[in-house]
Amino acid sequence: MRDAPGTRDYDWWLIAILLAICALGVIEIYSATQGSALAGMHNKQIRWLVVGFIAMFILSRLDYHLILDQAWILYLIGLVALIAVLLVGHTRFGAKRWIPILGEAFQVSELVKLIIIIWLARFFAEVRTDELSLRDLIKAGLLVGLPLGLILKQPDLGTALVLVPLLVVGAFLGGLQWQHAAVFSLAGALLIGSVFYPPVSRHILKPYQRERITSFLHPEEDAKGSGYQLLQSKIAVGSGGFWGKGFRHGSQNQLGYIPVRYSDFIMSAWAEEQGFKGVLLALGLYMALLLRLVQNAQRAKDRAGMFLVMGVAAALGFHVLVNVAMVIGAMPVTGIPLPLMSYGGSATLFVFLAIGLVMNVRLRRFVN
Amino acid sequence: MSYWFRNDNRLPQARLAVVSYVIVGMIGLLLIGFWKLQVIDSDKYSQWADRNRIRSIPVIAPRGRMLDRDGRVLVDNYPSFSVLLLRDDPVLVMKNLPVIAEGLGVPINDLLDQLDNARELPKFQPIVIKPEATPGDLAFIESHRSDIPLLEMLMVHRRRYLPGAFMAHASGYVGEVSEKQIEDSNGKLRPGDFAGKSGLERQYNDLLQGTDGMRRVIVNSVGKEVDRLPTQEAIPGKQIQLTIDKDLQEVAEQSLGTRPGAVVSLDPRTGEVLAMVSHPAPDPNDFAIRISAKEWKDLNEDELHPLLNRAIQAQLAPGSVFKIVTATAMLEDKVPPENFTAFCPGYGMFYGRQFKCWVFGKSSHGTVDLHKAILESCDVFFYNVGIRLGIDRLSYYATKVGLGHKTGIDLPSEEPGLMPSEEWVERVFHRKWYPGETVSVATGQGAVTTTPLQLARTIGGIAMGGIFKQPHLLKDAPNVGEERFEISEPTVEKITDAMYGVVNEDGGTARNVRLPGIEVSGKSGTAQVIGYATRERMRKQKKFEDNAWFVGYAPRRNPEIVVAVLVQESGKHGGEAAGPVVKDVIKAYYDKKTKKLEGQYTADGKDESGKGAAPAAAAMQLQPVLKQQGEAVTVPARARSDRN
Repeated sequence: MRDAPGTRDYDWWLIAILLAICALGVIEIYSATQGSALAGMHNKQIRWLVVGFIAMFILSRLDYHLILDQAWILYLIGLVALIAVLLVGHTRFGAKRWIPILGEAFQVSELVKLIIIIWLARFFAEVRTDELSLRDLIKAGLLVGLPLGLILKQPDLGTALVLVPLLVVGAFLGGLQWQHAAVFSLAGALLIGSVFYPPVSRHILKPYQRERITSFLHPEEDAKGSGYQLLQSKIAVGSGGFWGKGFRHGSQNQLGYIPVRYSDFIMSAWAEEQGFKGVLLALGLYMALLLRLVQNAQRAKDRAGMFLVMGVAAALGFHVLVNVAMVIGAMPVTGIPLPLMSYGGSATLFVFLAIGLVMNVRLRRFVN
Repeated sequence: MSYWFRNDNRLPQARLAVVSYVIVGMIGLLLIGFWKLQVIDSDKYSQWADRNRIRSIPVIAPRGRMLDRDGRVLVDNYPSFSVLLLRDDPVLVMKNLPVIAEGLGVPINDLLDQLDNARELPKFQPIVIKPEATPGDLAFIESHRSDIPLLEMLMVHRRRYLPGAFMAHASGYVGEVSEKQIEDSNGKLRPGDFAGKSGLERQYNDLLQGTDGMRRVIVNSVGKEVDRLPTQEAIPGKQIQLTIDKDLQEVAEQSLGTRPGAVVSLDPRTGEVLAMVSHPAPDPNDFAIRISAKEWKDLNEDELHPLLNRAIQAQLAPGSVFKIVTATAMLEDKVPPENFTAFCPGYGMFYGRQFKCWVFGKSSHGTVDLHKAILESCDVFFYNVGIRLGIDRLSYYATKVGLGHKTGIDLPSEEPGLMPSEEWVERVFHRKWYPGETVSVATGQGAVTTTPLQLARTIGGIAMGGIFKQPHLLKDAPNVGEERFEISEPTVEKITDAMYGVVNEDGGTARNVRLPGIEVSGKSGTAQVIGYATRERMRKQKKFEDNAWFVGYAPRRNPEIVVAVLVQESGKHGGEAAGPVVKDVIKAYYDKKTKKLEGQYTADGKDESGKGAAPAAAAMQLQPVLKQQGEAVTVPARARSDRN
């Protein structure tokens, strides 16, 4: 076995970017909830951040190869947990997503995301050829599709969708062939198209999901109904202007017009109060975070480590894209939080554990 | 350590680089999206944000008051609160409805009905669920502000009219504006606004109404008020001073009592309306809050037509009062000559038909001349005069003295009455005029109809020597119109002497109207409501009894006051039923005049702030509807359709 890595080997730049983003989140959670029944929520978020930070360090100490060894067992645990949540899980907002652990309600699907990242890293690392064969591609697709289907059944379209880019990025880096890419892109495009095409979507989406699609396409038509959230978010962002209305001075935010302004729509609140300059800062930090992850992948010791880091990057990148696009009304409401800024225990913990895996890979880049 | 990853460090660097570009591209696209919202379209979204958070609540301007000629308040306002229900959140509404119903003491089914009725309105528009909130209701709303954030109070000014439906038809009433009024107002009125619906309230609505202000508050997403912005104050409506004399009005109201009918009192020298009564009358205070559909239906279907302002809208046969017009035509036209006499055996035979005099079966008038004919109201004399004059001469004079067309009073919905002529029957019924009809018309029966206001103006005007002022209710009104139809001095003298005789000479039909020291003059009338044939069938029913008229004035020449009284279906003779009312009003007028001359009279309840009324009046013009001298008068087309 190798020597334990020293503190110098941690990616302190990555941690700095991470903390900066967390700080923006805590500030905005404070602004969005102060003076309301939810006041003090930022303290709870800080608690989660501390817990996440510790978990990150613990996970980084454990050699990722040992974790990848257990990929199949983890995969099975994930499936069992998903089935369990469907059987005994708590129902909130009409979906079974939570199971109680240590007195807190955990979203099992967050854990499953992490497991799928690990499992895919193992799967693609085992593919020895430079080009990914169709057989392997389909195998990966089916094995990701199984938990995806279970999450869809909760129902949680947002989290289910996150599994897709994990597969796509993994396959791409694993040597996806262009003709396969073309065929699957076409299939994907058809699927997305059908979601937006009512006669087809009637059969594959839940009513609330279809309503979200409709309100996304025509938010102004139903300003007090389901299009309300998207429209109010756009109003908040747009009225923020370049300079923003100032900390604690966003009317859309402070008067509660932005839906779940401390969580899924926190970017909307941030954009209103801090303006375009604030958005530039936040998105700049996210870009730095993602590029830093890619850099870590490039310097990974082996393919397994690279896949692990890029799985994390794919998950975070997809979260940022879908959440922020929703905030500016470019995508329908999916319920995907903004990593590190949105309030939420499970989600925050997921991000820190994922970064823990990245650290793990980094710490071992010079070994052997 | 497992075998599966060993020695595999071939990383796809090129594809990793592609991923980096994708990341940069993705962030770039998102930034473009933000740029579009926050920089390019920022103004639009700022406006939307303001529209979100700023709620404008109207501040209702109080309507102007109405004062009588001495400055006493006839109509004013009192503050009142309405309870508003915010309907933005239907789930919350349904959940709290039972508590609200209990707290406000409104049946829950009532609330459900109201919600149902408002389904078509935009959700964010609150509805009034209780128009007149009690202190208990206000306390209920305040104490439940946090747990039931659905109730609001709206301060309104309610109209207060004098009790007992005092002057109700002249003042009119206010109510929620109709769709048509909103359309006609050029955006001044909004749904839910109150505006004058009838009478003076409607006529002078623009003056009385004022301009509503706006209270702007900041509300949060559940509509709770969190802050206030500067208020745009309401501009109160202007108050108007009326020509009505509250004392005379009171006497007129009481004297007519509960009998259906009308009283109109004018100053013929100026056209000022001193009193205007129409009974029965609904209490306009009932309309000032909210009137239910059922109450409204009942009022409209009531057989006594309480919504009809009989003073200007009752178009009835004037009966013998019309003989003054026939007499004027005879003397002015000299057909037949003024010394014409007729013999009255109690009836007359014309064109093979028997026409009864009112004394038929009881006595007869014998030989009558004009003076006696007016005094004793001999029908046979005027039958003869009518035949000799012919309908067209009669119609010409009647029109000239103010009948068959509107007087132009400053009230909406005045009716024109009807003065028939040959031309009229041809136009409306496409037949020839039967000469026998002239016989009836000459005594105020048949097709001729008048309103009480027209008769007051006509008789007053004849006594003035042919000056017919435009009747009006707004004091100090500029441009009061007048019609002049010069009547020669001997004619005026003969007619006024005869009308003086009706009250003061032996044989006069209204000797009960006499007042010591006052030259009360006038003419009674008793008009059949329905034709002879129908009358035979309906004889037993009181509602088809005769209408009693009396139009009296004082003094004998150039009168100061004229009073026209209609008592419907009294079953009594005009002098008997209507005369005492005229007497009461004229007596009250002279009593007050005497007291004033002696300096004893002070109008109690006089309002000092009445000074502000005059400028308001100056802004208003009376409608110049009176016809020009010499213009050929035709019956307005409306008269046909309105007469059923």
